[in-house]
Formats: sequence, structure tokens, C-alpha cells
Amino acid sequence: MGLWSTVAERVGYGLLLLVAVLILNFALISIAPGDIADTIAGDMGGADASVIEEIRTRYGLDQPFYVQLWRYLSRVVQFDLGYSYFYNTPVTTLILEKLPATLLLVFSAQILAVITGTLLGVLAAKKPNGAVSLTVTFLSLFGFAAPVFWTGILLIILFVSIFPLFPVAGMMDVTVEGGFFVKTLDVLHHLVLPMITLASIFLALYSRLARASMLEVLGADYVRTARAKGVPERGVLYKHALRNALGPVVTVAGLQFSAVISGAVVVEAVFSWPGLGTLALQSILARDTPTIMGILFFSSVVVIIFNILTDITLRFIDPRIKSG
Amino acid sequence: MSKFARFLGGAALAATVVATMPSAPFAEEPKRGGTLVQAIQNTPRHLNPAVQSGIATGEPGTQLFASLLRYDESWTPEPYLAKSWEVSHDGLSVTLKLVEGATFHDGHPITSEDVAFSIETVKAYHPFKSMFAPVEQVKTPDAHTVVVVLSQPHPALLLAMSSQLLSIIPKHIYGDGQDPKTHPRNSENVVGSGPFKLVEFKRDQHIILERYENFFIKGRPYLDKIVMRIIKDGSARTIALDSGEFMLSGFEQTPRDLNRLKKNPNLNVSNEGYAAIGSIVWLAFNTKQGKTADKAVRQAISYAVDRNFILKALMLGTAKPAKTGIHPGSPFYDDSVNGYDVDLDKANKLLDDAGYAKGSDGMRFGLTVDYGWAIVKPYAEYMKPQLKKIGIDVTVRASADFPTWAKRISNHEFDMTMDNVFNWGDPVIGVHRTYDSDNIKKGVIWSNTQQYSNARVDELMKLAGSTYDLDERKKYYAEFQQILAGELPIYWLFAGPYHTVANKKVGNPPNSIWGTSAPLDRVYLK
Repeated sequence: MGLWSTVAERVGYGLLLLVAVLILNFALISIAPGDIADTIAGDMGGADASVIEEIRTRYGLDQPFYVQLWRYLSRVVQFDLGYSYFYNTPVTTLILEKLPATLLLVFSAQILAVITGTLLGVLAAKKPNGAVSLTVTFLSLFGFAAPVFWTGILLIILFVSIFPLFPVAGMMDVTVEGGFFVKTLDVLHHLVLPMITLASIFLALYSRLARASMLEVLGADYVRTARAKGVPERGVLYKHALRNALGPVVTVAGLQFSAVISGAVVVEAVFSWPGLGTLALQSILARDTPTIMGILFFSSVVVIIFNILTDITLRFIDPRIKSG
Repeated sequence: MSKFARFLGGAALAATVVATMPSAPFAEEPKRGGTLVQAIQNTPRHLNPAVQSGIATGEPGTQLFASLLRYDESWTPEPYLAKSWEVSHDGLSVTLKLVEGATFHDGHPITSEDVAFSIETVKAYHPFKSMFAPVEQVKTPDAHTVVVVLSQPHPALLLAMSSQLLSIIPKHIYGDGQDPKTHPRNSENVVGSGPFKLVEFKRDQHIILERYENFFIKGRPYLDKIVMRIIKDGSARTIALDSGEFMLSGFEQTPRDLNRLKKNPNLNVSNEGYAAIGSIVWLAFNTKQGKTADKAVRQAISYAVDRNFILKALMLGTAKPAKTGIHPGSPFYDDSVNGYDVDLDKANKLLDDAGYAKGSDGMRFGLTVDYGWAIVKPYAEYMKPQLKKIGIDVTVRASADFPTWAKRISNHEFDMTMDNVFNWGDPVIGVHRTYDSDNIKKGVIWSNTQQYSNARVDELMKLAGSTYDLDERKKYYAEFQQILAGELPIYWLFAGPYHTVANKKVGNPPNSIWGTSAPLDRVYLK
């Protein structure tokens, strides 16, 4: 199969998946006890019975499940994600407002994890039983095993409380005056801790993967040939072996993208990072169905796109792959 | 008698309070200028308190919008947008004179039309219906006079005209026919009447406010800017207050964090204020179903629970006891009621006498206790080992989140639950709803979910809610509290330990009965 027909097939599957995601999640949210009227009342410190009644009618919560689902799906088909019950703002606006922050966090963490992870893996593979390898294994397993919120809080205690190097929360300090450059620096300053926290979970994965995959490749005939013909070790490692060892890392990085997004939910909560994760958490707690559905819709689309992109990337790295 | 009492007593005699802004004796002259970075805990749904109650909207909302009156720390009403007010002899009308020359943030004058419109909007759309329910009509004889006509004397009216409960909103903006609850100007381009105007509102990030130069109180506010950072996580707020990144935070109530912050010499940690918010943490009983329908069981449980242990070991000394459903800071609080100080023998005897014999395992029967959010979890968990001592096998039921809990409790599917409910100023607004037999409403959280009903209690609430005479009201509320303490639909534990944490560089940190949900026009930076 050619590249384009594969992509078309993937897009087709993706659309089916999207419909399934929407129906399943809508059902899940409806099963959850309590509704938006309870949370709005809770948020207001209580409300008169007539007010609660009015909220339920206003948002159609008095309708049967299938009616609500049908209304929702027929709107989504027209690319209308509806209004957030809680914020009374179009869901698309809310999501687009938050998306950049999440993308910034997720991409920077993913890039950090892939690059450092791979480098550490390569380093460890050079001497599989050496001290470096053991340290890398230990550290990455530690990062993998530690709950991400715990890592985050630990970093806050260390680098905010004890050594005040970084700001405690948020994405920017609004009191900072200055041009674009100063403001960008400020955002980057805020980004460091959440990025490291989020990357820490995946660092382990990539370094272990790169290590294993490098070890396998380093035993291959062409590596021995390269060494035999006098290619310097550095060249052997980074030119001959690494490119071939990268395949599994890229595959997993692509597939793990959804995990990074869900990891971001926790990291955002710890660092008050104003992204989709914070919004998702808030909307789930508030039973703000349109917003939760909108976020799931968006993140499903992003994950599907990433899976397709991974497929394409793999073809470039390893031309032997014809169809996935 | 407090100033509050003097005022209310005088109100019946049609006393007129003339406008002078009382000023606390300042240790130093307030300085003008500077940016205050304040932490708030939740993203508000929007910024218009006229159609949305709750602290999240109240903290920024009271900066953006002025109310007619304001209150100091001892329940004394002060002039704000109204320079004077007067209650008629029969108590059926209240005449208010507005400050002249006051303008909205877009320069339009604030007139009696706007006040009438605001009262009507709040009456129709605010979730607390009892605030303005007796208001029949709002007359506007001239641009600066408002006459509120009532169907019955309504003592809660004055508190309902303060802080976030009555925001004066511009008619020329919100009166355009759109639904005020979903009006787009509730969160964007907000045109308010208060000391600060809106610069930027970014959900989950911050609200930036800036001094309104033509604010009707000359020379105020002192601050150039307030930046409210929205930080949900308590430990993050604590660290930022500790390090001086944030200068002010209200409604802080985690004992461990508070005690940590108290050790910082650069911070003032104060529990002054918040009496009108009136947060009370309590253990509510289902008085209609199950074993807790038996008064003896409720009394036994109350004798078994050690309030002092909770205050000392769980609250680490940050909270004050509350023996009734009225906040201990309220003039109506009756301290003489039976507080059910711990007495295990009495508790056991009550249960023995009521015929609940202990089984072979030492247990009499089982009960569940619910909780809906993390902060009340330790008190719920404490019930298990403590009530085991009187032979009650307690199962602690956790709820995944607030709506899950609210569903259970509001549908009356519970034995006991930990809860935290607010008085919201006058008892008429926030206390009656919990005990009024007309307010037993399935599916409505913080209605009378105990399903308690007592004709005398209903009558006392009506009486206390329809006279301005403070002494008479005190008498009614005293009997009300005595009856409730005897019948125990609820065992009240303590007043929610709200604290204001302010950096020592902050002058005049807010200490009114509304805490930080009140205008910060007097706050300055040293």
C-alpha cells in the first residue's frame, strides 16, 4: 500500500474512533452521580430550589439520556461543541484559550524526554554493566515509579521553597514589565519545573528503550564491519547504530503522546499551569459535560493525528516499512 | 450593646445615619500606589455577583461593584454608595440617599434607576431568594433617592445590601434584554461601580484590576493595581505567601499551612473577620430515616464526639467552637445552649435506655458518615474510632467529588454527613434554610436535607425574620437555638477557621465581617 492510502485508511479509522470516544464518554459522564446544577449550587454556597430547577431545564438535564446524546452529537457534526455550562462561554473558545499552554508543556516535556532519554540510553549501552549504565537505570526507574504529582511537589519544595530559583505556580508573572523577549523568558522560567516533572515519567521509558535497542543494534554485523573498517567509536555509535536504534523510540514516543497529555492533567494541577488539564479537571468536577466532551474530542483528534504522523516518520527512518 | 444593636434599635425610630466615612485610627498615613498580588482559590464562573453568589465571584466582584452599604468588623453598617438610609416607622419601607457624583467605570452616572434595576435583578436572578423576597417595589422619586417598599418588616435587608449580596450594576448595560445570568458582559468589558475596574480576566490564571480614578470616595482606592492570581493548590499558595511572591490571601483554612505561615515574621495571619460569611462545620443527621431518626441516638452521638479533641488535634488550635447553627461571631449566637461536651458514660446510657443493646461484638448498630471534599475528611474519619466507643459501627463513605456527595445528601440517602455551611450575613439568608420545614426539597443541596421539622422553630424563624428590634430578634433566636440544641438535627462542631494571610507590607489588611469578599479600597502598600 502506498503512503496516501495508508493515511486515508488511518483517517477513516480515526473518525470511527472519534464517534466511539464521544458516545462512550457521554455515557460515562451521565453515569457519574450529580450534575452541573449541584456544582453551580455548590459554587454559590447553596441556591433556592427554583434556581436549581431552572438550571436543570436550561441545560436540558431533565431530558432522557438518548435525547441529550442525540442533541450533542448532531451539534458536533456541525462542528459546534456547544457552550460550557459552567463558564457560559463557547467550548471552542475555552479550549483554544488553554490549548497553547498545554501544547507548550507537552511538546517541551516530550522533546526533553526523548532527547535526554535517548542520549542516556546510548550512554548506558556503551558499557551495559558499567556504573553509568546502572545510574541511568536507577534514575530512570525512580522517575518512572514515582507518582508524577509527588515529583512535582518535591521539585517545588526543593527549587522554590529551599532554593528559590523558580516561581511556584502559573505560567507567567503578570507584574513583569517588558517587551516580548522579557515575557518569553518569564514563561520559560515558569515552564522549567513542570516540564521536568512531566518529562521525568517518560525519561525512564525512552532511556530503557534506547538502551535495549542500542544493545541489540551494537551486536549486529554491520556495526562490527564498521568497527573493523576503522570507523571511530563515536561514529559507530551515533551514525551507524543510533539511527537504527531510533525506530522503537520514535514508535513509542508517538504512541505515548496520549499518555503525555493525560500526564499533563496532573502536572498542570500541581503547578497551576493554565492548560487543558486544569480545565479538564475543573470540568469533570463540575460535571460540565460540553467542556469535558470538547476536551476529549480535541485530545482524541490530536492523538489520532500523532499516530498517523508516527507512521509517516517511521517510513522515513526505516524505508523497509511499507505499510503499518 | 454593640453599634449594630444601637443602629437597629434606632432604625425603628426612623433614625437617619449621616454620611461620614468612619476611619480606623491609622498608625500611619496610607500610601498611594503599588500593585498588590493577591491569591484567590477558584476561578469564578464570571464576575457579576448580582447573579452569582459564592466567594470565587465575591472576591473580585466586590472590587468591581460597589454595594449600597458596607460593614466593619463589628457588624456596624457604614455608608457606601448610599450616604444615608432610613427605615419607616412601620418598617415597611426603607429610604436611601445615594452619594452624588458617583459614576460607573464608563463614566455614566450611578442613579436611583440603576439601584432599582440592581435590586430587581438580584431579586429575580440571585440564588438566595430570601434576601429580597419581601421587596414589593423599588421607587425612584429622584435620581439620588431610592425607596424600597416591603410587604413585611425585613431586618435582613441591610446586610443584604452589603458586600457581594447587592452589587450595583449599570442598567444601560445589563438592561438590554439579554438574560443577566448569561450576559456576555459578566466576564468581559465589565463596567462596574466599585473602586477597581477590570483590566483582564484570564480563567485559571489571573484577574487584573486597576484603580478607578473617578471612584466616588475621593482619594481611594490607594492601590494602583490588584493582581489576583488563581491558585487552587493550597501548598502552592502557602509557599508563595511564605516567599513573599503573594502579598495577600483570604479564606485560608488549612490548619497545618496556617501554623506554618504564622511562624513567618513577615506575615500577619489573622482570623479577624468572616463572621458574616459565617462558615460552620457540622455533623448533620438524617432525622427521618434510619437509626438517626431517634433523638436519643443523635444525642448519644453528640455526647460521644469530643469537640475539643477535634479543635486541638485536627484543627491544631486554629478554629473556635460553634455550639449552634448561628456563627459564634454573630450578635445572635447563644453560647448558653448545651454544647454536649464529651461524656461517654452518658452516651452509652442514652443508647442503653433507648433499647439499643450491645451485641456479642460490643456493637449496637451500624451507621454511615459521608463527606464530600478533602478538608472535612479527617472529621468524618474521626467518627469511626470515636463512635466505636459507644458501640456504633461507623462506615465512612467517601464521595469521588462534590456532585457525587451532593446527589446522595440532597436525595436524603445518608445517615450522617460532615458538612460546611455558610450563614451569609443575616440568619434569614443562610441559617433558616437548614431548619425550615418548608425547605425540605429533594435534589437541592443545602436545603433542609436533615428533613427536620418543628412548628415552633418555623414560627420563631418567621418572628425573628420580621422585626427590626434587635433584642426581640435575639430572644427569638435564643429560643430557636435552645430547641435545636435539644433536638439536634445537626451536631455543630466549630466555626470554619477562615484566616487572612497578609504580608506585613500590606497596610489595613481586610478584617470586616465579609473578610476579603469586601472592597479593598483602604488597603495600601507600605
